[in-house]
Amino acid sequence: MIFYLTAIFACQLAGEIFVALLGLPLPGPVVGMAILFVALLMKGSLSPALAAAGALLLDHLSLLFVPAGVGVIAHLALLQQDGIALAAALVVSTLLSIAITGFLMSRLGPPDGAAASREERH
Amino acid sequence: MNGAAGAWSGIVADPLLHLTVTLAAYGCALWAYRRSGRNPLLNPVLISIALVIAFLLITGTPYRTYFDGARFIHFLLGPATVALAIPLYRHFDLVRRSAPAIAVSLVAGSLTAASSAVLIGWLLGASPESLISLAPKSVTAPVAMGITQVLGGIPSLTAGLVILTGILGAMTGTLVLRLTRVRGDAATGLAIGTASHGIGTARALQISDTAGAFSGLAMGLNALLTAIVLPIVWKIFAGG
Repeated sequence: MIFYLTAIFACQLAGEIFVALLGLPLPGPVVGMAILFVALLMKGSLSPALAAAGALLLDHLSLLFVPAGVGVIAHLALLQQDGIALAAALVVSTLLSIAITGFLMSRLGPPDGAAASREERH
Repeated sequence: MNGAAGAWSGIVADPLLHLTVTLAAYGCALWAYRRSGRNPLLNPVLISIALVIAFLLITGTPYRTYFDGARFIHFLLGPATVALAIPLYRHFDLVRRSAPAIAVSLVAGSLTAASSAVLIGWLLGASPESLISLAPKSVTAPVAMGITQVLGGIPSLTAGLVILTGILGAMTGTLVLRLTRVRGDAATGLAIGTASHGIGTARALQISDTAGAFSGLAMGLNALLTAIVLPIVWKIFAGG
């Protein structure tokens, strides 16, 4: 577990260095995700310990957004200028882009029958 | 420093207080979410944020003081983003077979998110700075703020809009998709990740590992796409 947590941190570190050296417009962790993904493809298998280390971080991904999310209060004054225009733009564009992306993907993509029914349960 | 006041200011400065507050708020939010039969409208991120904000207002704690403690939780966002490679690897067969569909859907969804937001904001009379800050709101926060900076918007306004977009997409995503008769966890994950980045991906992981894999992929690809395309498109329109 410690070995694989270290590997995950090392992928992020490599991503941060990569981004800094090449001046890419991407965050280090996103490049780190690509690095870990390529490493998994090359290795050709996923060790249960790495899966456990990943689950430790991803099982409560929502929690990790709370400290930054509370920062909305720091931006309240800015959000109030143009408040109605911004609110309308956020709501309509978010719903529209979810609908369009999902619609195209479900029509153009291959059927994923096994996974399709899981959401209905909740 | 004398007595109780000194002890309290010491505790406030200690990360332990705000880490505990954050975990306790999340624990309550998770309880409410599960208790509601996992209703996405009771989004755990939203409820946690509301509870922490209430605590900060009641105790008169500035955000900066809170974040100084809570940043240890915030820090884990980086490694968690890296770990999204794991569900992506597990579902790589499906991702590979879906590649053309992913490309088309992602480009369409990404363009829709930015262009419809700017169009509606413009029609309702938002200032140019607000419009720039609004354009990248579906992209993960560090990239979105970088784009806003380059185009001359207000990065901290973008930060707020990105969070609100994430929560909105997480709350309404499955409802919107049900109304538009979209089925399948791949389409669900891709849609939520494209429109509402990491907070949406946290929601997608609650649906299934497949949805989480496609959402994490969409978040990464949309960040790349928007960072390259948006500044070019903006210069064409602003220059024309």
